[in-house]
Amino acid sequence: MMGEEFVALSLVPILIGTFTAIACALPGNFLVLRKQALIGDAISHVVLPGIVVAFLVTGTLSTWPMMIGAAFAAIIAVILIEAIRRLGRIETGAAMGVVFTSMFAGGVLLLERSDTSTVHLDVEHALMGNLESLIWLDAMGWSSLLDPVALAGLPPELPRIFVTLLGVLAFLWLFWRPLKISTFDEGFAQGVGIRTGAMGMALVVVSAIAAVAAFDAVGSIIVIAMFICPPAAARLMTNRLEIQVAWSVAFAALSAVLGYVFAGYGPLWFGGQDAVSAAGMIATISGVILALAALFGPCRSRTGAPSGV
Amino acid sequence: MLFEALALQLGYNATLVAIGSTLLGISAGVTGTFLFLRKRALVSDAISHATLPGVGLAFIAMVLLGGDGRNLAGLMAGSALSAWIGLICVQSLTRRTRLSEDAAIGAVLSVFFGFGVVLLTVIQTMSSGRQAGLDGLLLGSTAGMLMQDAMIIAGGGAITLALVLLLRRAMTLVAFDPQYARSIGIDPDRVDMLTMLLVLSVTVVGLKIVGLILIVALLIIPPVTARFWTERSEKVATYAGVVGGVSGYVGAAISASAPAMPTGPIIVLSCFALFLVSLFLAPERGVLAAYLRHRRFQERVHIRQGLLSLAQQQPVYEPLTIRLLAREGLARLDGVPTEAGRARAAKALLDEHRWQIVHGMADFEAISSLYDGLRDIESVLTADQLAEIDALIGGPAEVMP
Repeated sequence: MMGEEFVALSLVPILIGTFTAIACALPGNFLVLRKQALIGDAISHVVLPGIVVAFLVTGTLSTWPMMIGAAFAAIIAVILIEAIRRLGRIETGAAMGVVFTSMFAGGVLLLERSDTSTVHLDVEHALMGNLESLIWLDAMGWSSLLDPVALAGLPPELPRIFVTLLGVLAFLWLFWRPLKISTFDEGFAQGVGIRTGAMGMALVVVSAIAAVAAFDAVGSIIVIAMFICPPAAARLMTNRLEIQVAWSVAFAALSAVLGYVFAGYGPLWFGGQDAVSAAGMIATISGVILALAALFGPCRSRTGAPSGV
Repeated sequence: MLFEALALQLGYNATLVAIGSTLLGISAGVTGTFLFLRKRALVSDAISHATLPGVGLAFIAMVLLGGDGRNLAGLMAGSALSAWIGLICVQSLTRRTRLSEDAAIGAVLSVFFGFGVVLLTVIQTMSSGRQAGLDGLLLGSTAGMLMQDAMIIAGGGAITLALVLLLRRAMTLVAFDPQYARSIGIDPDRVDMLTMLLVLSVTVVGLKIVGLILIVALLIIPPVTARFWTERSEKVATYAGVVGGVSGYVGAAISASAPAMPTGPIIVLSCFALFLVSLFLAPERGVLAAYLRHRRFQERVHIRQGLLSLAQQQPVYEPLTIRLLAREGLARLDGVPTEAGRARAAKALLDEHRWQIVHGMADFEAISSLYDGLRDIESVLTADQLAEIDALIGGPAEVMP
């Protein structure tokens, strides 16, 4: 399991899965605390029409048009939600429900109406991703990690998601204090001169970027799971934000690795022959972690949480 | 083609689908109303995604028992069971832990869906080898709908609708005032649970036609649309049913009239079109009405301020004010007041003086608070009171040199 085959077939998907999970879980901490957890859900649904439109405009499935299309769709969705909420005086949840389902339906319709038979673009792919296919064909073993020729053959998703992760980390590092203050006490944040509206918007944009980058590699379901489950589980472990973020990163990485391993090798242990969906399994594992945290986490209940944890 | 479809002339299957989706739309709209009023619209998202593992498990169980894995009744039973478990997970995560409901919804939705995807991949590799066609339940697939399926959908929709009608009073009461509901012996938690059960049954019924991802739209968009047209909850429910039914019917017809028109998305987009129309054109709450109201207000303010300036013989510089005054025939375009304009200006100035007096009188405190610069003073004071005030103002007096 740890030999050449592992490097070629499993290392890259595991790394991509882990980076994706962490890149989504980091902003997810703030989304969960701000009760905006479902923004991730909405974004990952509206990415589909964005990608389809980008495909229709450019005619290819290349990376940048798709990323731009997806990001554009995410921004339109956020604006639409806000517009409907204000113009129609409708609560956020319902406004979100109206926007993301309609945009998703539009994406599905466009997809069905256009000729995408020549390329790999369909709804199932968008939902479930294709983590297993991101193999590193040029790898000959662990030594390939130092071989520039082999490294050039890495799936492009890996550097892309890595850069995204670095971007998310940079955003959190730069804006840690204003983000933290405006999350917990918006009034105070405004009092000390933090522009909370801009901060909230920036958080949504960063989440959207993470979601779009992750979506390409792993599909939307894992994106929603990673935005919510690891931070939610971490929230039940501690009362301190710094420690919560650390827990969420650990949970996210653990879900990604365990999920991939179970999906790839689990069926073999039970006598099956074929692997199951890695994205689905990663989401499932993150749910198991959340369930364990909800049952045994030291700070799980609203009242009576032990002090000083 | 479209007209034939709307007249149910496109054959047996299209007719079945049209009737089925109309009933589904009606029951989803009416049920969704109570979810919307309770401000828990997105719980339906968790419920609908949580149906997927049940679908998968039901398929596997039916195949293992030697039956046809695609039996709709069996799949519906399985999906109802797992959606129920998902709902309980949302409830207990919200109640027992410190997580808020949106986090619980998102967690349940993604985890259950992820597990469902795992089960789907298991099914794809199952030795029975029959391609399950379960993908159709993600986005709905009405091609090859059987009479039996249509009967199940119609029956399920009708029963749900009847139950909603039966429970509407309790659900409305809980949505608006849970404390009061409890005090008269209605347990809000139990009513909430029943509401969710109804939502669950709509979701399960809708699996075949619009699919589990888009059924949320049919639960949320009709009540939101209906809300633009009325302020009364029972009417919201009725209109939502109409909106849902119409979009189900029109959507099914459009989808039958051309190839590559998936039923689920078309129904949702028809619904969204109705929503957009309402958002812009609804009386009172629509965007257009709000804009017109704003314009009327703006005009009144400008005319009033313009008249006061004219009365005090100050020049009016604001072009909009001059245009509005000219349109009303109160001034010429160069800012010189007409005869009528001078009269109205004098009246406006007098009214302003009267208000000043009113502000100073303790007896008129309540009336004084109604002052907003636009209200006609005659509409709040009687002629006698005005005469009293005018006496205080007095007539024109000689100006001391």
